[in-house]
Amino acid sequence: MTAVAEVGFGRRLRKEDPRFVRGKGTYVDDIALPGMLHGAVLRSPYAHARIRSIETSAAEAHPKVKAVITGQLLETLNLAWIPSLSHDVVAVLATDKVRFQGQEVAFVVAEDRYSARDALELIDVDYEPLPVVIDAKRALDAEAPVIRDDLEGKTDNHIFDWEAGDKAATDAAFAAADVVVAQDILYPRTHPAPLETCGAVADMDKVTGKLTVYCTSQAPHAHRTIYALVAGLPEQKIRIVSPDIGGGFGNKVGIYPGYVLAVVGSIVTGRPVKWVEDRAENLMSTSFARDYHMHTEIAATREGRIQAVRVHVVADHGAFNNTAQPSQFPAGFFHIFTGSYDYPAAHCTVTGVYTNKCPGGVAYACSFRITEAVYAIERIVDCLADELHMDAAELRMRNLLRPDQFPYTTPTGWEYDSGDYPRALRAAMDIAGYEELRREQEEKRERGELMGIGLAFFTEGVGAGPRRNMDILGLGMADGAEVRIHPTGKGVVRLSVQTQGQGHETTFAQIVSELTGIPSDDIEVLHGDTDNTPFGLGTYGSRSTPVSGAAVAVAARRVVDKARVIAATMLEIAPDDLEFDRGTFSVKGNPSVSKTIQDVALAAHGSLELPEGVEGHLDAECVYNPPNLTYPFGAYICVVDVDPGTGEVKVRRFIAVDDCGVRINPMIVEGQIHGGLADGVGMALMEVIAFDEDGNHLGGSFMDYQLPTALECPSWELGETVTPSPHHPIGAKGVGESATVGSPAAVVNAVIDALKPYGVRHADMPLTPAQVWRTMHGRPLRTDLAITD
Amino acid sequence: MQVTMTVNGQPYTRDIEPRMLLVHFLRDELGLTGTHWGCDTSNCGTCVVHVDDVPVKSCTMLAAMASGREVRTVEGLESGEGLDPVQQGFVNEHGLQCGFCTPAMMMTARWLLDHNADPSQAEIREAISGTFCRCTGYENIVRAIRWAAEHPRAAAEAPVQEPKEAQPA
Repeated sequence: MTAVAEVGFGRRLRKEDPRFVRGKGTYVDDIALPGMLHGAVLRSPYAHARIRSIETSAAEAHPKVKAVITGQLLETLNLAWIPSLSHDVVAVLATDKVRFQGQEVAFVVAEDRYSARDALELIDVDYEPLPVVIDAKRALDAEAPVIRDDLEGKTDNHIFDWEAGDKAATDAAFAAADVVVAQDILYPRTHPAPLETCGAVADMDKVTGKLTVYCTSQAPHAHRTIYALVAGLPEQKIRIVSPDIGGGFGNKVGIYPGYVLAVVGSIVTGRPVKWVEDRAENLMSTSFARDYHMHTEIAATREGRIQAVRVHVVADHGAFNNTAQPSQFPAGFFHIFTGSYDYPAAHCTVTGVYTNKCPGGVAYACSFRITEAVYAIERIVDCLADELHMDAAELRMRNLLRPDQFPYTTPTGWEYDSGDYPRALRAAMDIAGYEELRREQEEKRERGELMGIGLAFFTEGVGAGPRRNMDILGLGMADGAEVRIHPTGKGVVRLSVQTQGQGHETTFAQIVSELTGIPSDDIEVLHGDTDNTPFGLGTYGSRSTPVSGAAVAVAARRVVDKARVIAATMLEIAPDDLEFDRGTFSVKGNPSVSKTIQDVALAAHGSLELPEGVEGHLDAECVYNPPNLTYPFGAYICVVDVDPGTGEVKVRRFIAVDDCGVRINPMIVEGQIHGGLADGVGMALMEVIAFDEDGNHLGGSFMDYQLPTALECPSWELGETVTPSPHHPIGAKGVGESATVGSPAAVVNAVIDALKPYGVRHADMPLTPAQVWRTMHGRPLRTDLAITD
Repeated sequence: MQVTMTVNGQPYTRDIEPRMLLVHFLRDELGLTGTHWGCDTSNCGTCVVHVDDVPVKSCTMLAAMASGREVRTVEGLESGEGLDPVQQGFVNEHGLQCGFCTPAMMMTARWLLDHNADPSQAEIREAISGTFCRCTGYENIVRAIRWAAEHPRAAAEAPVQEPKEAQPA
């Protein structure tokens, strides 16, 4: 659609957009197959109850109902329980007990979506309510009811204990420190809430034995393998198609019971079955985020040099341990909590517990729990600044890692690849006009006005991950890519990852374009269909550019290497005597003698006699096993005004300086950052899923689970520094989650800074007007529970 | 019951259940899947269409209530002259990512510009505050609508990447 062929990196309009602005995207719920039926899930009204009986005959008698599926039927197929992503099992349909409100109990398949819903009302379930466990901090009490009595010999709600770092060195540093500050910090339960809910259309072709599942999946290849392993279906007969996805943010990584039920429904009825959840189902039963109770301590000298940090976490995983992260890390990458600072000792312990809540925990652009880690360290650093009566920027500057320390190994074992942290923080302070803001704040305080300035500095580790220590359910976290150049010099690249709005169709074409010189408009990107793409683990944890982008870059370079040999054959010259620049091979010292890569593509498919060992055509593949994660970082500054009468927070400004290495398409990078900043404002000020003492979910609609609109968001002010990753083939780092990881701490730090005149050092998110007002008056809420005072 | 309505200039008559929501009528009966559905409570706003030139949330209106009225959806934005300036603005200013809220945002923007040709940033933010976007943080949506305001007759599909220049009316 452009007049001039554009090559390589830079601002490019998106290939995806012409269909989306016309309303011609194809999301799962847009798919209508001939003869398709509709499924609906009956869910538990109780958080914990024994199922005495399920009576389905009235529903089965409904004239439009084709099937009613219960856990009893699934047991005969060995599908009542399926493996979780974290060494546990998950109920597809409850057989013995329901363990959280909203849990799946039965599935109806009917002629249309309204009739399926009608029939749910005709199912009679006899429940025996049981005592619930809602407070994660009480889950291990001796008198707490045992949620997982399905597990052999289970007598408590304990899932795991995990630790990282050096306990002895950390305890010694604390014992010797001038100053120790401790704070209980809650990162409450939130939900990614993509605007498209989760859904699937399952189509079992009984003649060919082929199962096709159109599905809201961020990881279609992983889904295919898991279906094969769980259901015993041959993997070559399973095709997963992730069409256009209306936002993922981690919500669409796992396999939900509804997907499995659509498949079972199609097998039982012999017709395609669509299941699309409604918003309440999405918020109540699909993967939530966070729910980390973090007792955080920091030790420092009187001059403000950090000596050590230790954290103890109670991690609320809900009723099944179904968090999605590399298997070896039950707390995800939380042990990156040491942050962006230079100090020798750190230690964390994490205790995972079951509660009567929906399972999940790793979602919402968190980079496998790095968002919790960044929040803990950035909050406790501000608490330390308060204790020391030191400016929060000055304290950070004194402790930030220096550029000459990279690659830097953290006290908990991460190897940060590259960075210039002080430069990023200074850049953010310059954009903000930091000193001027502090002067303004001083004046306002004298007038009784509440203005706050909050900083956060984050380091992320994204691009999971090296096969040696990262897998999910035994599947190594490498990703494949294929680049094929057609005879006319146009190309196609096939990806294992799946876009949910990140613009892969644009940026991955740009990677091939940058390296081959072929215009990006001449490169088609195929993804999301397991029958047409190479294996890989999918898009989450900001891993697409670090892993799949690297695979594409290596494959594109292999294409160029092969093209060089073929060009040399065409020109009857040695390959080393050719220079390659922007799609043209020219003879060194005689640039007028040249062949374009398009010339070479045609010759590669033609009758040119190729050297021994060189095959025809112009294709290459790569399976990329990353040597390390990439470590994007950034400095954020938030400015807020707080209404002392109502506690209402207004975000006046937000400055974000991000360094994600080389930027393939700066427009898309900035868009990713904008979105993450809005997430951060939402989580800091509005979003929470709380529960009452009976286990009722109090965030089950967008009336209760509040998302930021255009009115709550300021006009974002972005800056950038570029520190290439030394080990990534094009120097890029991931960026999709950076702003979500970094921004909540900046917002909260700003609000707490505004409340300094009230002697406030901490308050838990979300900082709603009620929470702020109560905090000002010494009665903060426990925001995870609807229990006050 | 039978309903008859005009959608994007085309008359349609269908026999439907009285309880059918307008969003389902458009999507399932007419196959106009550009209008999306994202919540049950009129909060997310992904289902915005125009009914008699007023933006409404089609998940909270029965199809029967639209009988005899003129409905316009995202599929009706493009004309023989090409993309609507709002559509072009969303492309040029990266006003969309996953695309799910985009049709509703554009329908709201079209209505805004029809009633206020030169809206301020604050007016744009107020106007679109009935629809959530989870991807863009709204910044580029505001820029997209400003672009459309500054290019009221941008009919060509060719993207304009150069700085904004108001075209002659």
